[in-house]
Amino acid sequence: MAPIRLNVNGRDHTVDVDPATPLLYVLSDDLQLKGPKFGCGLGQCGACTVLVGAAAIRSCVTPVSAVRAGDRVTTLEGLGTPQRPHPLQQAFIDEQAAQCGFCLSGVILTAKAALDRNPAATGPELQEALSNVICRCFVQTRMMKAIARYAKERA
Amino acid sequence: MKRRDFLKGSGALIVSFSVAKVIDGDAVSAQGINGAGAGQLDSWLAVGADRRVTAYTGKCELGQGMLTAQTQLVAEELAVPMDRVTLIQCDTSLTPDQGTTSGSQSTPSNFNHANLALACATAREALVSMAAERLGVPVSQLMAIDGAVAVRTDRSRRVPYSDLIGGRRFNLTLNSGAKRKPSNEWTVLGTPAKRLDMPALATGTAEFVHTYRVPGMVHGRVVRPPAVGATLQSVDESSVSGMPGFVKVVRKNNFLGVVFEKEWQAVQGAARLRATWTAGVTLPAHATFNEYLRRQPSRDTLSINSRDVDQQLQRASRVVKATYLHPYQMHGSIGTSCAIADVQGTRATIWSATQSAYPLRGSAATLLGIPAANVRVVFVRGAGCYGINGADTVSFDAALLSQAVGRPVRVQLSRRDEMAWENYGFAYTMDERAGVNAAGDIVCWDYENWYAGMGGRPGGNPGNVITGMLAGLAPPPFTPRTPAPEPAGGFNNGSNVVPAYVTGAVGGVNGGTGTVASQRVLTHTSLSCFPTGPLRSPSRLQNTFAHESFIDEIAAEVKADPVAYRVRHLRDPRLIEVVQAAARAARWDARPSPKPNVRRTGIATGRGMSCVLYEGDNGYAAMVAEVEVNQDTGAVVVTRFVISSDCGPISNPDGLRNQMEGGALQGLSRAMGEEVTWDEHAITSVDWRSYHTMYVGSPSPTIEHVLINRPDGEAMGAGETSITIVAAAVANAIFDATGARVRQVPFTPERIKAGLAARA
Repeated sequence: MAPIRLNVNGRDHTVDVDPATPLLYVLSDDLQLKGPKFGCGLGQCGACTVLVGAAAIRSCVTPVSAVRAGDRVTTLEGLGTPQRPHPLQQAFIDEQAAQCGFCLSGVILTAKAALDRNPAATGPELQEALSNVICRCFVQTRMMKAIARYAKERA
Repeated sequence: MKRRDFLKGSGALIVSFSVAKVIDGDAVSAQGINGAGAGQLDSWLAVGADRRVTAYTGKCELGQGMLTAQTQLVAEELAVPMDRVTLIQCDTSLTPDQGTTSGSQSTPSNFNHANLALACATAREALVSMAAERLGVPVSQLMAIDGAVAVRTDRSRRVPYSDLIGGRRFNLTLNSGAKRKPSNEWTVLGTPAKRLDMPALATGTAEFVHTYRVPGMVHGRVVRPPAVGATLQSVDESSVSGMPGFVKVVRKNNFLGVVFEKEWQAVQGAARLRATWTAGVTLPAHATFNEYLRRQPSRDTLSINSRDVDQQLQRASRVVKATYLHPYQMHGSIGTSCAIADVQGTRATIWSATQSAYPLRGSAATLLGIPAANVRVVFVRGAGCYGINGADTVSFDAALLSQAVGRPVRVQLSRRDEMAWENYGFAYTMDERAGVNAAGDIVCWDYENWYAGMGGRPGGNPGNVITGMLAGLAPPPFTPRTPAPEPAGGFNNGSNVVPAYVTGAVGGVNGGTGTVASQRVLTHTSLSCFPTGPLRSPSRLQNTFAHESFIDEIAAEVKADPVAYRVRHLRDPRLIEVVQAAARAARWDARPSPKPNVRRTGIATGRGMSCVLYEGDNGYAAMVAEVEVNQDTGAVVVTRFVISSDCGPISNPDGLRNQMEGGALQGLSRAMGEEVTWDEHAITSVDWRSYHTMYVGSPSPTIEHVLINRPDGEAMGAGETSITIVAAAVANAIFDATGARVRQVPFTPERIKAGLAARA
């Protein structure tokens, strides 16, 4: 156990955990955040995705000790709120682009990181960015539409 | 808890808890799909003094929009805005027993003249009667509007519901004579109301059972056997007892789990726990499993038998035959299953994403050895389940661990534990034979199929899922039965085992949708070596893959257009209509398949049709699929789906489209890649590298819809129609493009290439 300082969704936290603990468990178990979720624990599905700085990472396979001091962690609930959703989240609401919604951290945050990196990303480039994210309700048609809508609006 | 606080505030507290006593009585509830329901209006609805309406439903949100659609229903029938309706879903202390949320039954159960819809109609009429007395105006001159009853000619003269009944019981039984609001007056139902839960989902703030927290909660993980049939010989508790946060190692027969203070500690503890197991059983070879199915002792069922099929086959000018194969597939929920249980002495509360709150209450009580009346099951949403994923078994895991430690325990399964031990969708081997006369008409149809099952939904028996089995409870005994008795008791096509093109004559009554009178359908069910259970469109999908591929094969044999040939053998006008509507919308090129002058190399394109009347009476759909087949690599890209559907009155057209799309693409994933695999001793498809799903970024077809709305018809299900017809539509399109027939799911490039190589 060791005290570890984290900035999550703009707030500083100190948690006393085994440094090898995957970031996901710190976020969901210690900080009781609801956005990132355990899907596979293997980095294969995306349900645990968070932003560390500008990068979308799989928090289930990222030890909390790998988050560097000064890194800002953003979860899906840190991006926007139900009252004031981020424009990308609003695009998902407008397109009704979910069924169960369990996968949305992976879908939305992966898309956000890709578009922040390359605001001019083409349709195929966005598909490539989402080619390792799973939605088992298979809402990808609406999801890709929502992402394209946001990309167009911010351009 | 939050829910209780809410009820206190709503003014519905008295009503809901006094009703809870009514529901929690000693009567054993029916455990069928739709449960016993409730005859008391107060079991369904409460109007608070705060003007809010609280509705209690036994059909829950599985990600498919039932929360929103049922809220629309209540808002419509009671004439209140949607934002003043609160829907309480599946809580054995609060809601009526509506059995299991499954089988595309939520809409038929709650949107027709029964259950929730009838409760709303009964309440509205009761409120209007009360207002008539209060205002001294005849009922005929009153209307329900905006949470009040108003005089039709002077709407300023009104009395709010809360003044009539707020916080008090109706004390009425459901009135089967109560009239539903006519569909031409609908302003909420039938509109594309936005999902109420979407803002919370999109912003990561929605409550899932996975995010739910109970004070004092600790974390468990299970340790499943390393092989099928392996039994636990010994456990070395000292291998984990010194770890930080250790609470307990729990064993019950072959059930094994660990409990720790924190989740990551539990994950590590489960990995480190030293246990020795026996070797387990030797599994049948995966590669030849479909042939193995034919040779097992089986329980045989004749769904239909005109007793002249053999003669008709002999007399036919031509006989067409084909065998179709389908693998075990899994639910593979994106979130591994999770539950929290708090067992204190002889009482238990289980927070679960189960589809079956009441059935789970009974079976959890059996497992724990406590009275069912002492168990409360509270539904909290989970990841999309598509049937019996691990939601029930993990509820048992949490319950056993909590019982052993006397504290609330949360369990979330590992990906491997989810995938290696869930109740899989059935593998099938399917033989089709049909006789055709000189004019090219089908004169007889013979279908024989083999599949294996074991366990299932745990209603009544915890041994139907892996946790119960490991804890020492067995699934019901399997009793072979050969030969099958003759069909009796009327036509039932609940599993779509009978093709759409036969008359379905049982006892002199034609219950089917087609015209072919000489017909036989024989099913052989054997004992599966893996637990099985309903996976979205269980058996219906497999049977329909065979039937809808085979009708195309017959059409090709007689050089008929596949759409016209279907219509020629159908007599159900609504099934004909969805077929023609999809074809029209797709600008179907009417001609026999395969496409003339197919080139043998490079990219080939084609189109295929498929259709279904789901479960014989629960929703119509047809689909045109368009494909591009790379004949050099065997890769298939589906470029377009056109889906027509008719499920009676449409409650929410956008919700329906979302269902059709999700079903179609899930069907595509299952048709193209999904297959449970195993070696000699254990399941080997245990993660997303070894079980092949489509991804969000995978190339996906454009999807076009034709929604046929029948506002005055009976409400039918729509959650499973589109998935049922995908595999055949795609196989038929591949055949149209290339002349190669693929008869084994999934359609891997290797199988496509083998089919291409086998072309004449």
